[in-house]
Amino acid sequence: MLHLTTGRVGCLLSKQAVVALTSSGARMSSHGHHEVSDSVDMSQPMYWDRLDTPLPDRPWKDVLDSTDKSLKQKEKGPWTALSKEEKIALYRLKFNHTYPEMKRPSHEWKTVIGGMFIFFGITGLVVFWQCHYVYPPQPHTFGEEWQAKQIQRMLDMRINPIEGFSAQWDYKNKQWK
Amino acid sequence: MSLAKPAMRGLLGKRLRFHLPIAFALSLVAAAAFKYGVTEPRKQAYADFYKQYDATKEFNNMRDAGVFESVRPTGE
Repeated sequence: MLHLTTGRVGCLLSKQAVVALTSSGARMSSHGHHEVSDSVDMSQPMYWDRLDTPLPDRPWKDVLDSTDKSLKQKEKGPWTALSKEEKIALYRLKFNHTYPEMKRPSHEWKTVIGGMFIFFGITGLVVFWQCHYVYPPQPHTFGEEWQAKQIQRMLDMRINPIEGFSAQWDYKNKQWK
Repeated sequence: MSLAKPAMRGLLGKRLRFHLPIAFALSLVAAAAFKYGVTEPRKQAYADFYKQYDATKEFNNMRDAGVFESVRPTGE
């Protein structure tokens, strides 16, 4: 552990996050993507598709067949000699998804909103049960008579007579304005 | 396929030159709106209230309603 530089520690942290991301990707495979991930050997350099860490530790395709190998050989020469298709093929050897492909939208939001509403509903049932079985009787000051007497006393005391409570009461005609 | 080279420098400066004048203008608008929507009407409401205010009359009304502890309503 002492040999790790701070850069490496940062990479290790991102690897933990990537495993979490890929495993959650497997769970959400019903959302319109088609990736399945199995268990990852964390002792080997890893590949990742991440928006914030662009260059992974290893290229996407490790095991190259003969055409790939000859293309990699050609890559060692001047790149102006490469055709457009060859450049794209080299990119696809190195990377799995492009940035637009990484950023493609999914149907996950429907699950999120649906789950939210389900929990709202359950919470509503819990609250209703609690109103019926848990709450004590209301204080006597909540009753109609008491509230009326309270309002009258507030008007008598001229509570907020300029812009507030008593300002809304017409003292001459004894009614609300 | 050769794309134009994207802007590599001056990104923060460009953003600030665009957003800071807008931010200042909106702040001034907010302050002016609050002043003329809230504080000036409030000052006027207080002025109007106290123009016609008779403290003794209000005191006697409150006293007769029975809200004071230091003086009882007139006639008790």
